[in-house]
Amino acid sequence: MTGLHLLWQAAAVLVGGGLLGLVYKGFDRKLAARMQARIGPPLRQPFLDVGKLLVKESVVPRDAVGWLFKAMPFLAVVASFTVLLYLPWGPFPAVLGRYGDAILVLYLLAVPALAMALGGFASGSPLATVGAQREIVMLMSYEFPLAVAVVGVAWRLATLGGSPAFSLAAIAASPLWGQVGPLGVIGLAILAACLLIVTPAELSKIPFDIPEAETEIAGGLMVEYSGTYLALFYLADAAKTIAMAALVVTLFVPYGIAGLLGLSGAGAQAVDLAFHLLKIFVVMFAAVTTVRVAMARLKIDQVARGFWLQITAVAVAGLVLLVLDRMVAG
Amino acid sequence: MPETQNVYEIPIGPIHPALKEPVRFTFQVEGERIRAVDVRAGFAHRGIEFMGMRRNLIQTLYLSERICGICSISHPIAITLAVERAAGIEVPPRAQYLRVIFSELERIHSHLLWAGVAAHELGFDTLLHLTWKVREQVLDILEELSGNRIDYAIPIYGGVRRDISPEQIPKVEAMIRYYRGLLEELVDAFLRDPSVAARTRDVGVLTPEEADLLCAVGPTARASGLSKDVRQDRPYLVYGELGVKAITPRDWGLEPRGDVYDKAVVRLLEVGQSLDLIETCLYEMPEGEITSFPKIPALLAHLKKAEGEGLGWHEAPRGEVIHYIRLEAGVEEPVAWKVKAPTYSNLMSWVPMFADQEIADIPIIAASIDPCICCMDRVHMVRDGSPATLLKEDLLRLSREKTERLTGHPSPVTRHGGGL
Repeated sequence: MTGLHLLWQAAAVLVGGGLLGLVYKGFDRKLAARMQARIGPPLRQPFLDVGKLLVKESVVPRDAVGWLFKAMPFLAVVASFTVLLYLPWGPFPAVLGRYGDAILVLYLLAVPALAMALGGFASGSPLATVGAQREIVMLMSYEFPLAVAVVGVAWRLATLGGSPAFSLAAIAASPLWGQVGPLGVIGLAILAACLLIVTPAELSKIPFDIPEAETEIAGGLMVEYSGTYLALFYLADAAKTIAMAALVVTLFVPYGIAGLLGLSGAGAQAVDLAFHLLKIFVVMFAAVTTVRVAMARLKIDQVARGFWLQITAVAVAGLVLLVLDRMVAG
Repeated sequence: MPETQNVYEIPIGPIHPALKEPVRFTFQVEGERIRAVDVRAGFAHRGIEFMGMRRNLIQTLYLSERICGICSISHPIAITLAVERAAGIEVPPRAQYLRVIFSELERIHSHLLWAGVAAHELGFDTLLHLTWKVREQVLDILEELSGNRIDYAIPIYGGVRRDISPEQIPKVEAMIRYYRGLLEELVDAFLRDPSVAARTRDVGVLTPEEADLLCAVGPTARASGLSKDVRQDRPYLVYGELGVKAITPRDWGLEPRGDVYDKAVVRLLEVGQSLDLIETCLYEMPEGEITSFPKIPALLAHLKKAEGEGLGWHEAPRGEVIHYIRLEAGVEEPVAWKVKAPTYSNLMSWVPMFADQEIADIPIIAASIDPCICCMDRVHMVRDGSPATLLKEDLLRLSREKTERLTGHPSPVTRHGGGL
């Protein structure tokens, strides 16, 4: 694969991922509105929002640490778009799949949250400081169950041998569900559920939108951001939503339907890609859209306790089941 | 409170998404914990009483409606009762029933409005949209009966300005049926939702002792278990005959804790109580005149001759509202007009309610007393162009001076040279 070819592919994934992120955001807003008995904004609203933010003035507060404040939106957007390059896209392998695995994806997913927290601290606003503190606590709360879920799947696959551990391509190529015993299936189901619960937390959506909490701290760590910088965070959020949902799909439901339909060649690739995007949409709809219309915002101590105790315990139980399954299987 | 390095200041307001009206909180916060709070009011002061004392009484009545859009029946009811006492005007029985019907319709729409706001403060926007959607039904009925969604212009000295026609009664009955069917769903959505309970149980607690000491009124006091309701304690209009009982969480089988959850319980139960009252009034309302002064000039002439003072009180959706009025013969304007809105009595409850709570609780605790700042802000102190603070002694001196000015002779306290 030539360098030029790689560059071309990367550009396609980044542009496609960004557009898809905004389109899905539009669907998310429209569907949430319909569930709340509202009409909701038009589907293209996220594009209009980004377009408008890009032409608005980007204010940097006098009390802010200027360079840090300005650098963080770029860091967030770069990190969340980079994740897209390491994720397989249905029939297409990840663009940079040979250079990074699931562990790298986990780290990259944490970067936008850290960037937002640092940007919040750099804003010099007490509301942003509170938001940034909450973001850090959130990060510490959900990272462990997230890691357990990803590591559990990758480890169980590695024990079956034959493929490099933690390679997302390998995980996508050979779904675990058919290769483990009944205990393993239960364990996998538990880990999948944990990952779905972590998803809205990772994306700071209700009930976990605590760092931004509009009615409490007026947007929290975003409170001082405007114009281009806010647009970058907005794009980072759109890309991260896609990345997180794609990770869930890759880990737990990497199936294609082209084989069932008896297709092959370019047609099969197109159908499988479309199916992959549909699965991403379903995950987003189930884990983000429906949850955020059905719940009140939780408090940071409730979330921290819930993730550290209950969710972690459940995730570890899932991992233990996978280990037991491995011992039974021998 | 020990002053430590970790305590920092968070200003909330006067303009903040958690606040629907301007008021400023300054919180001393340690981590996520609130250590102290300072409340500053006065941002919505418009000098309405001053304006009212320069207009004739009928103009003042319409002005009183514009103190607040949500309480736009409560203030006219209180001022008409005050003026009727001062001028010795009788109100026909039918008009009294009609006033009660409109008051209770206002209570329904006000409590539903609060429920939506409370849901929004909790980040539960779905509940906000659903509650406000069903609130439209009562606003439609109010528009049907009075012509307006708010500012109904219904009470007038001596009666009311519009009757409910026989054709309108089925529409009101349909609304009552609609809300009766819906109330169980609303209660389910608010009071049996685990995420709402997680955010409101034992949050913003006001103990009965504190509520009593701080003179809390309305649902704020009743949620703490106090059986305090002007309609029950000092009946007016036909509330005495209707036998209104103050609603506390005990009516729902709960021991009152005085938290935000209990305040939601009280307000939702009061929607049901108001439905019952409206229904009873519709059936028991006698036929007859709706005002003792059908001609406005005759009313104005009577009011111009009247001399005396009167107090009018009413249980507004947020609690007790009081209007004081003083009339002098030969003067069209009220010589004195004083408005005490329920939020003024509830303001101090915020201080114990915020104690040791989290930042995340600020919006819902602030909203839990259902603050109506435009009703409450009757004064704003400015000295040399900047906000000024008056202490208790200053207020005492000012009020004595005013008493002397009003009565025309030295007040008993200053005459004897004594203090408090």
